[in-house]
Amino acid sequence: MFLFLARRLFQAAMVMLTVALIAFALFQYVGDPVANMVGQDTSVADREKLKQDLGLNDPIIVQFGHFVQNASKGEFGQSYRLRKPVKELIAERFPATLELSIISAILALLVGIPMGVYTALHPKSWVSQGFMTLSLIGISLPTFLIGIFLILFFGVILQWLPTFGRGEVVDLGWWTTGFLSKSGWQSLIMPAITLAIFQMTLIVRLIRAEMLEVLRSDYIKFARARGLHERSISFSHALKNTLVPVITIIGLQIGSLIAFAIITESVFQWPGMGLLFIQAIEEVDIPIMSAYLLLIALVFVIINLLVDILYYSIDPRLRMN
Amino acid sequence: MGDFWRRFFDSDLWWSFKSSPLVVIAFSITVIIVFSSIFATFVAPYNPFDLAQFDLMDSLKPPAWMEGGTSQFFLGTDDQGRDVLSTILYGSRVSLLVGFMSVFFAMVIGIIVGLIAGYSGGWVDALLMRIADVQLSFPAILIALLVDGIVRGLLPKGSHDDLAVYVLIVAIALSFWVQYARTVRSSTMIERTKEYVQAAQVIGLPQPLILFRHILPNVMGPVLVIATIQLALAVITEATLSFLGVGVPPTSPSLGTLIRVGNDYLFSGEWWITVFPGAALVILVLAVNILGDWLRDALNPKLR
Repeated sequence: MFLFLARRLFQAAMVMLTVALIAFALFQYVGDPVANMVGQDTSVADREKLKQDLGLNDPIIVQFGHFVQNASKGEFGQSYRLRKPVKELIAERFPATLELSIISAILALLVGIPMGVYTALHPKSWVSQGFMTLSLIGISLPTFLIGIFLILFFGVILQWLPTFGRGEVVDLGWWTTGFLSKSGWQSLIMPAITLAIFQMTLIVRLIRAEMLEVLRSDYIKFARARGLHERSISFSHALKNTLVPVITIIGLQIGSLIAFAIITESVFQWPGMGLLFIQAIEEVDIPIMSAYLLLIALVFVIINLLVDILYYSIDPRLRMN
Repeated sequence: MGDFWRRFFDSDLWWSFKSSPLVVIAFSITVIIVFSSIFATFVAPYNPFDLAQFDLMDSLKPPAWMEGGTSQFFLGTDDQGRDVLSTILYGSRVSLLVGFMSVFFAMVIGIIVGLIAGYSGGWVDALLMRIADVQLSFPAILIALLVDGIVRGLLPKGSHDDLAVYVLIVAIALSFWVQYARTVRSSTMIERTKEYVQAAQVIGLPQPLILFRHILPNVMGPVLVIATIQLALAVITEATLSFLGVGVPPTSPSLGTLIRVGNDYLFSGEWWITVFPGAALVILVLAVNILGDWLRDALNPKLR
């Protein structure tokens, strides 16, 4: 167990270091940080002094060391575009993205898992055929189009729901939440559905495929031969073994939810990190880009690590070697 | 050649194709869209890039069957008076071009990496596959966004729009190569131990020749299936990036750009500028997805 954990931790550290290197390279080779900080009438001598003060004349290795040191404290300097510290900007936007992602994840799991199990147990029924057709359409519908169609029907034609923003937000000091007001929940409905649909279709298809595979295996046949109840076979034999790979998938889904939130936030003008990131890309705002990159990498690495550990404790076969 | 077609019409693949009406429809739709966009210059009623062919007086006209619409513009016109049907046809051309090219480059990168990793093994294999693993743990759209962002940062500001299509192709290709690499690698590892490869090694053929002339044809089957499925994904990714404003510029719009532009008119009631390009995108992607699903099942011996 210790060796396993140590190896995984080492790998995670390597991934983070690689991503940090990319983020650092962004600062080095894309744009000129000094030119982005001073006005046009700054003299060459002043620029040179600023460069010295910023440590831009140090050897690359030293600069990278400083970068990692600052990054681990969450310091990425100022946004070129918004002229505010990146740390503040991200802290402001983080609650919006997290609330959206969590509600979407819950939605996708609550609807996706039962649908997947049902289609695997009754592959020929017309309900399952309907679910599969729906999921194919769901996969073919780009996330942003789902959002636009929802806005068109529920926002423009029926005028039931607000089409942009987070609604009324309650400030708890260290966290801003939309969960405490009616308009906050109303604003959340469409973005959450938009973000959940793609994940949902993925979960349905993966659970179905995995479960069909398990249902074909010998021990299920044997359980049938023993005359076990069909319900007990599907739930305590088949579903249990389906869940191991499903945990991985769900873990990775949480990561991609945060990534797909970029699109949803852009459609609904949801004031989260994704919107911040996409605006940073348009304007080539390097500090925000690299901070977001490292943050996302950190989220992914932590999720991967947790999934690995969970795997290890669920599947006894992994503990053998 | 005649022999080839006789064998083709005799095969399980052809039988499975013609016995599924859904697949035949999907195939026909794909062919129609591909051809009408390749020959958009002849098929489209107007050329949306020719300033002489559209008039601001015609702007924001609804589709022909609605009140205020004219038969001149079947699907209505956009804010600049361009015929929506024509912009869709020209737009699908850009979308399909980016889709095909990026899938092609992803395939080339993936095949080369996969062949080398699977054939040489050892630390080369370990290194390449670790990179692939790391990349695979991030969603493709995020990688594409990032590559797109970095390349845009490296280019001088003025040339963004001119090079946008190429930047997109590179970004999407770099985010899609991993799947090919992994598939090719695992089949190469199996092929490597077979007798025909050993024979080729014994007569002293150079390694590249063994890889590309002998092993490659035997590992192509699954690669083509992935390519079909990824074509749909590449088209979606292109549309998404263009919608987000970091893809193809409005001067030579793709379907995604058209949707982005039309989105501004959604609230003032001009829904057709967004909805029709959106519908075209969904139909195209759905048809290609159905084809890909069918091809995967038809070529999978496990499911027969």
